[in-house]
Amino acid sequence: MTIADMQPQMPSTKDIGQAWGRMVAKRRLYTLIGLAILLVAVVSSMRFADESNAGHFFERLPHLFDFLSWLIPKDWTDVWRALFDIASPNDRGGEEFNFFKGRVYVWGDFYIPEYFELMIITINVALVSTIVAFIFAVPLSFLAARNFTPAWPIRIVAKRVMEFLRAFPEIVIAGLFSAILSIGPVAAIIAVTLHTIGALGKLFYEVVENIDMKPDEGMRAVGANWFERVRFAAMPQVLPNFTSYALLRLEINVRASTIIGAVGGGGIGEELKLSISRGFGAKTIALMLLLFVTIVAVDQFSAWLRRRLVGEHAFLLQH
Amino acid sequence: MTTMTINASRREEIEARYPEYFHRSFRQRFGGLMILTGMLLYGLYAVWFFDLPRLLSEARWERVGIYLSQWVSYDVQPEFRIQDDGTIQTRYPRFSPLGEDPHPDWVVRNPDGSVTITVRGTSRTVTVSKTETIVTAHGISVPVEVSSGAPKVIGEVPDWMTVYDDNVLADLGFAGDVSISVDRVKVRKRFLGWANFVFDTQSPFFDKPAGEVIGLILSGERIEPDQSNLSLAWDNIWNNTAWQHGDVWTKLFQTIVMAFLGTLLGSLAAFPLAFAAARNITPNRLLNQILKRFFDFLRSVDMLIWALFLTRAFGPGPLAGSGAIFLTETGTLGKLYSEGLENIDDKPREGVRSTGASTALVHRYGVVPQIMPVIVSQTLYQWESNVRGATIIGAVGAGGIGLKLWEAMRTNSNWENVAYMVILILIVVFLFDAGSNALRHRLMGTNARH
Repeated sequence: MTIADMQPQMPSTKDIGQAWGRMVAKRRLYTLIGLAILLVAVVSSMRFADESNAGHFFERLPHLFDFLSWLIPKDWTDVWRALFDIASPNDRGGEEFNFFKGRVYVWGDFYIPEYFELMIITINVALVSTIVAFIFAVPLSFLAARNFTPAWPIRIVAKRVMEFLRAFPEIVIAGLFSAILSIGPVAAIIAVTLHTIGALGKLFYEVVENIDMKPDEGMRAVGANWFERVRFAAMPQVLPNFTSYALLRLEINVRASTIIGAVGGGGIGEELKLSISRGFGAKTIALMLLLFVTIVAVDQFSAWLRRRLVGEHAFLLQH
Repeated sequence: MTTMTINASRREEIEARYPEYFHRSFRQRFGGLMILTGMLLYGLYAVWFFDLPRLLSEARWERVGIYLSQWVSYDVQPEFRIQDDGTIQTRYPRFSPLGEDPHPDWVVRNPDGSVTITVRGTSRTVTVSKTETIVTAHGISVPVEVSSGAPKVIGEVPDWMTVYDDNVLADLGFAGDVSISVDRVKVRKRFLGWANFVFDTQSPFFDKPAGEVIGLILSGERIEPDQSNLSLAWDNIWNNTAWQHGDVWTKLFQTIVMAFLGTLLGSLAAFPLAFAAARNITPNRLLNQILKRFFDFLRSVDMLIWALFLTRAFGPGPLAGSGAIFLTETGTLGKLYSEGLENIDDKPREGVRSTGASTALVHRYGVVPQIMPVIVSQTLYQWESNVRGATIIGAVGAGGIGLKLWEAMRTNSNWENVAYMVILILIVVFLFDAGSNALRHRLMGTNARH
């Protein structure tokens, strides 16, 4: 068959134009239908949310900034006093201005201000759970990776375990362990750790599955066993990525441990929740300031370290 | 195979050729070791900081078993009172899962006036009579005499029995336990499963076999004159007092709505802002920086703080939760979108611009087609993670199932309700994972990770 034979079967420009027109019209129709469904969903969700809320949106909107009236302290230096536990002249014996009571004495007259102590607890919760989860997630990820575990039952089990850990609500674990271990940060550590094992494991096994297998071939050629293959063929390739994902997770965990703290895990979250619900302006601003600065500092530090480890690499903010 | 020997000059030559392997810096040689040591030291510090040894030694591990068994079982606690005249009166707690005035077949009144309770099969039973209570378990029968001032175990005390001053406790394992004192015997019998999951004890359909219930619904006479049996049955299920199906499902739906609304509205707000924040789209350094810091601010203030403030402003409920997710998501998605925009290929824009198109058209045809896959996949990922996040946010009062879950846990007695809600949450999370994955693949072709 020559090209000349094919000529008559080729559609004309008009046909192509028409086909294109039909295709575009169809696609536009689908887009419109999709958008209409989305719009209906949004409007009805908004109405549902508004109706089932204690206060309604338009009714409460004029009062949205009412909180500023209690939030903004009469005396701005109270914020610093709250932050560093210095006695306030406004102290009338109530809980609102009893800043110096929270001092944690370490050595003689040297003390750590209460909020810094709470922040340290929260950071330690995040750090411990990230490190422990890292230690558990690495072997789990190799068991879930196709190129290192050919046996599919093991892979499936490892993946399901990770999915389960990721999806299981953290507050339930925190609640269960605070009933067993007494309320406090250790329950929060366990909850955040279990969730992080699942989250890191998933990211890790995808990294492992995408490595260059030539070093592994070399290791196998010299008769290396499974552990030696993991250690010498995979680890050098994946460790920078693992570390940077763990750092990313650390950022998320600082936030997560604050939230878990607010629902009974101790640390700065609990204090913040109390302070906001009771309307202590100076204390709330001090806590928010400390939390904000810490989160920004952790984010910046981890971003800097990640850039050094893996270079400019667009990372997803995966939870 | 001949053995290869390397002479000194050859060795020096190799050493000179690969300096990076033979002369490694201090950091390269000891860096790993130092990091490992640092982590170990930090671990020790953490053990001290959180006071782990004391915490572990004071932990009440026996509660693990109790609480976990409560996830999948329930118990009935009848009490047998020995009256002054020698008769034995049976009492059930007011909110017993057996309903009012139960006559279970595992409590048998013997002709001589004593009562036999079957705790598990025929191997674990308790017989209560006026003068003594006989507990049969693990192959032996142990009589406990109750006619004197304090209960007294006759014979040797087995290790599953504990004797206190005024009562004797017999542990019968998962099946339950018996507490014997002079004038009353309390039995706890544990059943596997969830009690009254469909109809509670107040319902007219309570304790009827499934066939009879279906028969009543399909063709039975009306139980309530002004309501069909079907709607009555539905009403009873939805308002089940023990399981609160209606409330749980509404709260679960609230959680989903919170995540949906927050993510979608956040995405809508972040989209135009990201165009203004991207260096290559809007060449105005000041505006770029201001917007990027604004995104960082929204993200860093954190969902928790937004949730707490909005709960104060709007009152507890899904509105506060949606608002918190919306504000955080505007920050997160704004950052992600603007980073995506800064990484696009400039050539399509140039091409569209060279045709003399307006700025809006340049963006529409030169930028949006490139950025759309990124936007769709990032938004779906955030949606997924927000479905999980909304659960926790709810616990501080921002609506949804979180608070309900937290309240059920705090009483330490409703673990079966916790299990029910956890299962529902797991199902929702898995469905959303699968749904958003499928949607992502549909919208972006198969290789759709980033």
